[in-house]
Amino acid sequence: MVANCEQVWREISNYLEGDVDAGLRAAMDDHFRTCQRCRSVIEGTRNVIRLYGDERMIEVPAGFGGRLKKRLSHEAHDRGSRWSTWSTWLVPLAALALFAGGLRWANSLTVEHPLQSEHAQPGHDIPPDMPVIVSAGARDFHVAGCPFIHDKDKERTLTAREAIREGYVPCVRCMRKYLETASSGVPPQPEANADADLDEDDHRGGGQ
Amino acid sequence: MAELNVVVNNPGPGMTREQELISEVQRGHNELFYELVRPYERRVYAAALAILRNEADAEDVAQEAMLKALSHIRQFRAEARFSTWLIQITVNEALMRRRRERTAMTEGIDDRRDEEGEYTPRDFADWREIPSEALERKEVRQKLAEALGSLDRKYREVFVLRDMEQLNIQETAEVLGISVASVKTRLLRARLMLRDLLAGGWSGGWFSRLPFEKGSKPW
Repeated sequence: MVANCEQVWREISNYLEGDVDAGLRAAMDDHFRTCQRCRSVIEGTRNVIRLYGDERMIEVPAGFGGRLKKRLSHEAHDRGSRWSTWSTWLVPLAALALFAGGLRWANSLTVEHPLQSEHAQPGHDIPPDMPVIVSAGARDFHVAGCPFIHDKDKERTLTAREAIREGYVPCVRCMRKYLETASSGVPPQPEANADADLDEDDHRGGGQ
Repeated sequence: MAELNVVVNNPGPGMTREQELISEVQRGHNELFYELVRPYERRVYAAALAILRNEADAEDVAQEAMLKALSHIRQFRAEARFSTWLIQITVNEALMRRRRERTAMTEGIDDRRDEEGEYTPRDFADWREIPSEALERKEVRQKLAEALGSLDRKYREVFVLRDMEQLNIQETAEVLGISVASVKTRLLRARLMLRDLLAGGWSGGWFSRLPFEKGSKPW
């Protein structure tokens, strides 16, 4: 294999990188022995690589290292401060969240709140010590004997104050008179048959 | 702090000092980061300067790159050399800065030249080995820097990463986001152009004030 000048120039960088195959390398070596121009090219290129590869060729501005160190120190300090600031807030916040969560959990263990009706009203002038009946799973409290008490096996007797505190609302049928005085908007609409029953009761009561 | 000193002064078995420092910084000992990057600060600056060609911008980008490296140190994996990873971050930072400032528009004319075309050396005078003492002279370093600065950006970047930063061809290609073949082509041209530029400079007289042997190249 014989290499001419153009081939040598084309491959001279790869030759210096050791990135040519053995045949081409041998051909280029032969060429360099006989061609002064190409010897000049490769020697000059070697010099360029050696010269620029020297550490002294990389000059940094005066004080460069000091400024870099200072900036990195500030950053390291800021990171610490940021965490410190966050931790100052995070610890009490986490404690507060835990406390609030604990309260909710404890509360949920003591009283099972009944579901609130969309018609629920707080009532008005209900005697606080009036005995009322509630039953588990229902949301209303009733006067004794109300026909709308469900699940009678699970009924409890409380005072009106206790029932309201536990989240029960007055029955729209048997506690009607307390609701009508309290309502400032659209009153709750009893079911038709219930109204009929109540009317009947009223009528019967009135007739008695 | 006592535990830290023990660790740093007694690197684990098989770990280099650099690996030990990386591990410590990854664990949150940010105060050790400067010690970790100090050997590379000049190379980081040179990489930024090769792209930006402005000392103030290069220093700023070098600092930004170091800060970015610190904030992403946990992402560094030992598959790559730490120095290559740093240079990669620096080059990315510098390229972003240049795009922002649109300086590329000011030096785009030569970049359109066909890089596939063959480059023919112009100077065939005898060369001899450069004495290392030549680099002690600020004037020599300045002229070399000027020659490098006169190259088109794409040649300068490849040359700096390969021949000054000592990245290999593959790493240079990855850092710049170009093919290995392009790196080789640009590197060949950069080396030959610099050779011609330096030879021309010598015969033009910028080494004439130096006490080199009369009638021969300065190296």
